[in-house]
Amino acid sequence: MIDIFDILGPVMVGPSSSHTAGAVRIGNMARTLLGEQPVRARIMLHGSFAETGTGHGTDKALVAGLLGEEPDDYDIPNSFQTAAEQGLRFTFEEIRLRDAHPNSVVLELEGAAGAHLKMQACSIGGGQIEVRELDGVPVNFTGRTNTLIIHNQDSKGYIADVTTTLSRAGINIANMNLCRDRRGGNAIMVIETDEKVPPVVLQFLKEYTGISHITYYEKEEK
Amino acid sequence: MDLDSMQRIIEQAKGLRKPIWQVVMDYDVETRMTTPEASMERMRATWRAMVDAADAYSGDRRSLSGLVGGDGERMRTYYRHHNSIGGEFTAEVIAQALAMGENNACMNRIVAAPTAGACGVMPAVLIPLWRKEGIPEDKMVEALYVSSAIGAVIAAKASISGAAGGCQAEIGSASAMAAGALTYLHGGMPEQICHAVAMALKNLMGLVCDPVAGLVEVPCVKRNVIGAMNAIAAADMALAGIQSRIPVDEVIEAMGDVGRRLPEEFRETALGGLAVTPTGRAVKERMAGNKKKHRTLTIKDGRWKMARPEEKSGAPS
Repeated sequence: MIDIFDILGPVMVGPSSSHTAGAVRIGNMARTLLGEQPVRARIMLHGSFAETGTGHGTDKALVAGLLGEEPDDYDIPNSFQTAAEQGLRFTFEEIRLRDAHPNSVVLELEGAAGAHLKMQACSIGGGQIEVRELDGVPVNFTGRTNTLIIHNQDSKGYIADVTTTLSRAGINIANMNLCRDRRGGNAIMVIETDEKVPPVVLQFLKEYTGISHITYYEKEEK
Repeated sequence: MDLDSMQRIIEQAKGLRKPIWQVVMDYDVETRMTTPEASMERMRATWRAMVDAADAYSGDRRSLSGLVGGDGERMRTYYRHHNSIGGEFTAEVIAQALAMGENNACMNRIVAAPTAGACGVMPAVLIPLWRKEGIPEDKMVEALYVSSAIGAVIAAKASISGAAGGCQAEIGSASAMAAGALTYLHGGMPEQICHAVAMALKNLMGLVCDPVAGLVEVPCVKRNVIGAMNAIAAADMALAGIQSRIPVDEVIEAMGDVGRRLPEEFRETALGGLAVTPTGRAVKERMAGNKKKHRTLTIKDGRWKMARPEEKSGAPS
């Protein structure tokens, strides 16, 4: 279903919905998934992001997103200075990814309290993004709905535990996606929900043994 | 209801005895699980963002490449002091299209409509008309619903992305959306809105996307002008009772077909058209030089620092 506010919108800082607005969203998504203020960022640009990123302000946009800015923030052109003020150090380099969307970026982040995140994402046009890889595990989600990302050890019963909890909380699952790096290894469960997931439910989910980490991305409300 | 056929949208509106904009608002309420009030408020905020962006224009700003900036101001100075060929209204439409396109290229806030590169077309026709005729804001909001439906149908049946369908998908779509909005604002019937959309799209069919150095600057900013002027022509023709001989939904299908068959060189890759002219290539090389310098520029401990080449591939700092 087309959202008419994707046709008339987004309200954004130019010049490109894919290279600027989408890049801000990718940075913002990475910050949310890291769960804290990033202090170091290694930013690796692929394809068209590497080729025309500077002219489109993709670099400034990614950094702005890492600082928690939204695509319509007037600070985006000055994000490098803001990063310096907020203690975020970053580097840019080029990377060649296999079979990746032309507007792709890999972000390696370190947070103020020591959290780490590696994320590959792409900007697919109109400001829309897709996250393709999280800490080495292939995933596929967009942030267009509320999204729960649950890291757990791959074993029996977690899906039932999680989905039962959500169902009892009256939360409908819109999409669900499971991936693991190997049998019995690290698994990532990505659950997109229609309703918002309240903090108490997140806390409850965190209590399950074997669930090592939960992050939650709430869709932008305008 | 899906927004995938202009014909079906106007039939639905007629069946329900509702204006088109209301059917589109109902669609928004349903798909985003919101209320009519919240939907209207968001569309109003979109309209105000357009007006704010227009007001925030400064002729002093330049784009990252330095290619773009100041032309909106230049156009306004011209028509205020000279007898412009098309008259003041037309000259202001041109100036507004340039100004908004420059806003975008210079990293100011804009409303993508339907894309950032084509963000100047809708405000270029809507804002001068709104000011000239003192149209109530609610009516402008309704017109935006009409144009969002037009854009949605094009997105569903063809494309609104230059990378997928060439510039016809961006400036062409924006022009069609603007033409529909103008026709609505001047009291056009639903069929006349469809004719305006069809004519606007037909006139720009096949337009290639050939951005110099891959940037949303040249020729994008000035193409917003032709999108706006074309919208006015299409709307006035439709209001005069002139009809498109090819029905609007068939035009949209044809546009999708043309877009898919455009060589890759003409779909935002900067490998054809103006991008590969000697001047276009020179700009690209200059930008590549800037990029190289830029890539090794890092901020360490709050200070700008040029990293040495050998540090570049090393661990993150």
